Amino acid sequence: MSALSKLKRFLKTDPEDPGCAETFALIDVYVERELARGDAADRYPGIAKHLATCGPCAEDYRGMISLLS
Amino acid sequence: MLDPETAAWVSDLKASGPRREEALERLHTVLLQAARREARRRAIDSPVSGVELNDIVQQAADDAMVAIVAKLDQFRGESRFTTWAYKFAVLEVASKLTRHAWRGGPVILDSEAWLQLPDRFGFTPEEAFEQRELLASIQEAVQTALTPRQRRVFVAIVLNAVPLDVVAAELASNRNALYKTLFDARRKVRTFLVAKGYTEFE
Repeated sequence: MSALSKLKRFLKTDPEDPGCAETFALIDVYVERELARGDAADRYPGIAKHLATCGPCAEDYRGMISLLS
Repeated sequence: MLDPETAAWVSDLKASGPRREEALERLHTVLLQAARREARRRAIDSPVSGVELNDIVQQAADDAMVAIVAKLDQFRGESRFTTWAYKFAVLEVASKLTRHAWRGGPVILDSEAWLQLPDRFGFTPEEAFEQRELLASIQEAVQTALTPRQRRVFVAIVLNAVPLDVVAAELASNRNALYKTLFDARRKVRTFLVAKGYTEFE
């Protein structure tokens, strides 16, 4: 990805991004869904959008996946 | 309908006397194991190890347990109880490890290191020169369109690359509030750029 694309992506905000608190509230459900059916992003698109943007929450998600795998 | 294991956890933790004490002990063991695994996973990229890492694991398990006991009534059984409990351990490890790793590092929240901006997004010196007007407009947006708090958070996280959890601790705030602040700042900067004619940011 070019630097300009990276900058554009960073500045782009999605109104459906629910933020860290709502993501934390659902991350256990999201992770179980992903491991069981692989369609968590379809079921919870807002959470998926947040995880694509928020580095700390995405790392927590990877930690949860690792613990349950 | 809770699965039998989850139902047993909730029932034991809501009981009283020795049954509850025994459940709390079991929960602490589960949290300690989860925190240790998560800390080891993250420690690959971290300078923290040995006794320091063990202390962080212990504190994370302790704090996760306090949070879980306080929030037990909010558990709706949408996941297994242990999965729900894990997320508190992961969050505590993340927060403590990040803050520990940054300990002693510069948390320069007010120094506007604008020269860092091209680097943060990977612009080469040639690209930064080509995009100098755009980069100057971003600086202008941050200085004129953001509130003082938004500016402070933007500068710390984007220019000084301070981790979100560290800035949250520094400002006595939390990850969610800081993310929202940065979210609004990003939106305002983009709106400013579009208004200046950078329509590719629409």
